Amino acid sequence: MSGVLQSVRPSSLRPSLRHLTTVVFEGQRRRENLYFVVLAVVLLGLFPLALDNFHLNLIGKYLTYAFVSLGLVLCWGYGGILSLGQGVFFGLGGYCMAMFLKLEASDPASTSIQSTPGIPDFMDWNQLTSLPAIWVPFKSLFCTLIAIPLVPGLLALALGAAMFRRRVGGVYFAIITQALASILSILIIGRQGYTGGVNGITDLRTLLGWDIRSDSAKTILYYVNALLLLGAVALSFSILRSKLGRLLLAVRDREERVLFTGYDVAAIKTFVFVLAAVYSAIGGAMFTLQVGFMSPSFVGIVPSIEMVISAAVGGRGSLFGAIYGTLIVNAAKTFFSEGFPELWLFVIGALFIAVVMIFPNGLAGMDYARAARTVLGWFSKLGKMRDGGSGRPVVAVVAPVVPSQPRIKVEGQ
Amino acid sequence: MNISAAIWAMQAFNGLSTFCVLLLMALGLAIVFGQMGVINMAHGEFLTIGAYTTYLLSQVSERWLPALANWYFFVAIALAFVLAGALGLVVEHFMIRKLYKRPLDTLLATWGLSLIMQQAFRSTFGAREVSAKLPDWLMGSLKPTPTIDIPINGLVVMGLTTILTAGVLFALFYTRFGIDVRATMQNRAMASAVGINTARIDRLAFGLGCGLAGVAGAAFTTIGSTGPTSGSLYIVDTFLVVVFGGAQSLFGTIASAFTIAQTQATTEFFMTGSMAKVLTLSLVILILMARPQGLFALKVRR
Amino acid sequence: MRHSLNRERLYTTGIAALLSTGLATGLMGCKDSSKSFGESQASAAATPGAAGGLAVSEKEVVVGQLHSATGTMAISETGSIEAERLAIEQINDMGGILGRKMRIIQEDGASDWPTFAEKAKLLLEADHVASVFGCWTSASRKAVLPVFEKDNGLLYYPTFYEGLEQSKNVFYTGQEATQQIIAGLDWIQKEKNAKTFYLIGSDYIWPRTSNKIARKHIENVLKGTVVGEEYYPLGYTQFGSLINKIKAQKPDVVYAIVVGGSNVSFYKQLKAAGVTAENQTLLTISVTEDEMLGIGGENMVGYYAAMKYFQSLDNENNKKFVAAFKAKYGPNSVIGDVTQAAYEGPWLYKLAVEKAQSFDVDKVVAASPGIELTTAPEGYVKIHPNHHLWSKLRVGLAQADGQYKVVYESGLIEPNPFPKGYQ
Repeated sequence: MSGVLQSVRPSSLRPSLRHLTTVVFEGQRRRENLYFVVLAVVLLGLFPLALDNFHLNLIGKYLTYAFVSLGLVLCWGYGGILSLGQGVFFGLGGYCMAMFLKLEASDPASTSIQSTPGIPDFMDWNQLTSLPAIWVPFKSLFCTLIAIPLVPGLLALALGAAMFRRRVGGVYFAIITQALASILSILIIGRQGYTGGVNGITDLRTLLGWDIRSDSAKTILYYVNALLLLGAVALSFSILRSKLGRLLLAVRDREERVLFTGYDVAAIKTFVFVLAAVYSAIGGAMFTLQVGFMSPSFVGIVPSIEMVISAAVGGRGSLFGAIYGTLIVNAAKTFFSEGFPELWLFVIGALFIAVVMIFPNGLAGMDYARAARTVLGWFSKLGKMRDGGSGRPVVAVVAPVVPSQPRIKVEGQ
Repeated sequence: MNISAAIWAMQAFNGLSTFCVLLLMALGLAIVFGQMGVINMAHGEFLTIGAYTTYLLSQVSERWLPALANWYFFVAIALAFVLAGALGLVVEHFMIRKLYKRPLDTLLATWGLSLIMQQAFRSTFGAREVSAKLPDWLMGSLKPTPTIDIPINGLVVMGLTTILTAGVLFALFYTRFGIDVRATMQNRAMASAVGINTARIDRLAFGLGCGLAGVAGAAFTTIGSTGPTSGSLYIVDTFLVVVFGGAQSLFGTIASAFTIAQTQATTEFFMTGSMAKVLTLSLVILILMARPQGLFALKVRR
Repeated sequence: MRHSLNRERLYTTGIAALLSTGLATGLMGCKDSSKSFGESQASAAATPGAAGGLAVSEKEVVVGQLHSATGTMAISETGSIEAERLAIEQINDMGGILGRKMRIIQEDGASDWPTFAEKAKLLLEADHVASVFGCWTSASRKAVLPVFEKDNGLLYYPTFYEGLEQSKNVFYTGQEATQQIIAGLDWIQKEKNAKTFYLIGSDYIWPRTSNKIARKHIENVLKGTVVGEEYYPLGYTQFGSLINKIKAQKPDVVYAIVVGGSNVSFYKQLKAAGVTAENQTLLTISVTEDEMLGIGGENMVGYYAAMKYFQSLDNENNKKFVAAFKAKYGPNSVIGDVTQAAYEGPWLYKLAVEKAQSFDVDKVVAASPGIELTTAPEGYVKIHPNHHLWSKLRVGLAQADGQYKVVYESGLIEPNPFPKGYQ
């Protein structure tokens, strides 16, 4: 159906549309480029200079979650598809990486006390006497690097194609992805001979002979991670700036209209869902490299929802917001659970409620102009009270500079 | 009567009893999520309120009212409904009310709420699980023949489920309140235009859903644990039941609870529990992919 | 629309950049403090008895405590935290170790395995603790193990677990699987003349490994049969089908290793289905007094549990321990097997350091084998060269008040984390 309609689409519209958007978005592009530079400076310059190794690693771990948030901004904030199963893709990517590293760590020499040397220790405990077939490709780094985006990508493709063709969306999609997360974590825990079970795949040591546990390796991995993240941001922007990006927004806001205009809505949605899955998988693989193990506790429902919430706190409509949001939520989590173990669930719960109720577009979507005016207003009032009203109303200066903006639409469906 | 026939009889009962458990925990959500579209991730915590109510009452009756020891359970059920329902009203007023137009956002906000509630339980009752001392008659079994045991707590859950389901169906389809609720859920603007106080209906419906969760929680103390995170054990299954049934149809919820329970109980008998669970969940997802609107879809103009 | 979005992004990024700068400078403070701490330790390391840059001064020795104080595992780990603190307090009251008081730095693993690994690193590399008492789940131990091995730290791990591990840097004060399983099965086979066994477990590594050992022992040594082996996901709540299968098989013994919230559902549903100790023998290795609080003693009455310690153990050491524990943490506190094993950790460390006359990890490790703790609440334990403990196994009979009555006590059992013929 859509194919037929697509051919009828007035192609003459395209140049004019492009022209129009070019004009409108020129200024925005420049600003986005600026923020990109800011982000790069923060990640590549500020953090490594300001932080010691321990905290830099911590940030590195948070940044692997930022991949997931980035994907969520694309598929949820822009595409209107809320997935509560991003942990699945994060986990699959992570497990692919972990399988390679585990095989490298289980060479026959270092596993000689096992009844079958040369296979991972947990397989030996589970009476496996040879490497299972699904593990064999992970002997090669090349295959592993292909598998990391491919396996989660294919799963997302199958799921997305099936669901979006039938126009399953919104809440249904969220609940189904949640069930998927629950299935995968049961499977991983239950098939421990193949997956390492609830302990996960642990004690990963080297990558092609390079010790990933040393401080210098962790610093290098941090930079690799940061660069990959910046690459992902750049790719996301190039997608959002293309026609596809505008279609994505259109789908989120008026799915029917886009459909009737002749576009293949399901394909657009599937694409962005797969992209989000691949981002998550890269994050998962980097997580494994930096943390040194992978376990099913990152696959289940709770981590998946936490990732959604990080994205929401940062701002579901903003790529940059999602990254900063992830950093802030995770830093807050670490800070509060250390300092105030009794309070931290209260704080973090209240934060989520506040995000939804008070600033639904997250930190990125907060009306800072209005907030600033309000605060300045208080100050000017204070000033007036002090010097009998002769104080210069600061608000008048600020107001024209930052006019209030309409909020973006936040409906998920 | 030989053993295998007895096992089959008990297994049939087990299927029914699983069905009732699923239905009971999904009933509240069928209203809150199915009818109102609120993704209440704190549903499990409302269950926990019911469980802790039972625990508290068991302590009270043990200490001060030994005469009540055999029957406090029923008081607990009623009280659980009132407490969970009242909290539901409060939550609706301060939170949900503002989010009806943003269903996916209710998910986030109620997830925050569930974290807060869990920590509140932990701070109040301690991190450890507690156990309500249940009357002996409730934890016993009926023996119609020497080889068959019918758990009485299963019968109680069944009875409770039947009464509540019938009550909810009656309330929704044969009372003024129910007509108002259905009208509001199907077309808020029109309902409001014909003079229905939709804000009031929303609040009552949400309170009712939470109250039902409380009752379920109280009933589940007979078969499950009572701890700060006990409710979260049920949440995924509960949502699946409602979604699988077709969110807006109460009959769908009943049918879906029945289907899932029977699949689960049957597969469990032939394979290990973990695989049975995976199989059941996968089947549900596959069917949902083929029939995304669920088993029963309400035909409404959108 | 797009326009407004982008405009908002302007403010966002600005603010976010500011925030992250703040974050960075905030963390910088931490960095400095940890550094200065490390430096102060460097000077302290010069004192006699201390070695390897550990945080040991003339007056005190810094030790770490690494458990989950928050998150889902906090329920289980609280008992261990309390017991270790009690032991350390008592040691300090007696004058400490080699004249130095133990000072605790407690870190929270937050039920999150990477956090465990990070905190372990922090304790070892920034705080230079002389030893760590911590971890509860196998997953958390597996996560910290590479850190302890790399930084040459010392960990005392309290939980009974599946075995299949032995590290220079870890002492396992709980029982490994064979210690907990074999003697218990022997006893129940003799006592009940049991021939058929039904094995049940939550679906993860400890129950699966334990049941594997149990099955081998039943089939090869006891010449019995295993009529069923079943696993249910963690947190599972519907055991009706399982109970019917048990009824269909009528095994002489049900061997249950169900954990967490599932435990409560399992025992409550057993009772309600008419399965009680009167008509079914059940032996568990996963229900301590802690778990019985949640299950309710009345639902467990008459079942057996096999582990090395019960609160009701009748000996002088234990009476003192229980009294001290209750005096510190309230009369209603419950002490389970793991809590007691955690209590032994600091004491074993004290003895090893005193034997080595040094806090140096290598020397402490070298001195440890053969160390006997005669004041252990469980009676007597001795450190085996494989870093596990020689200990006895007890079988307890569950009482309605949530306690166990000890009905059997084995001799000292040698720990054997890699049992030949059981894998």
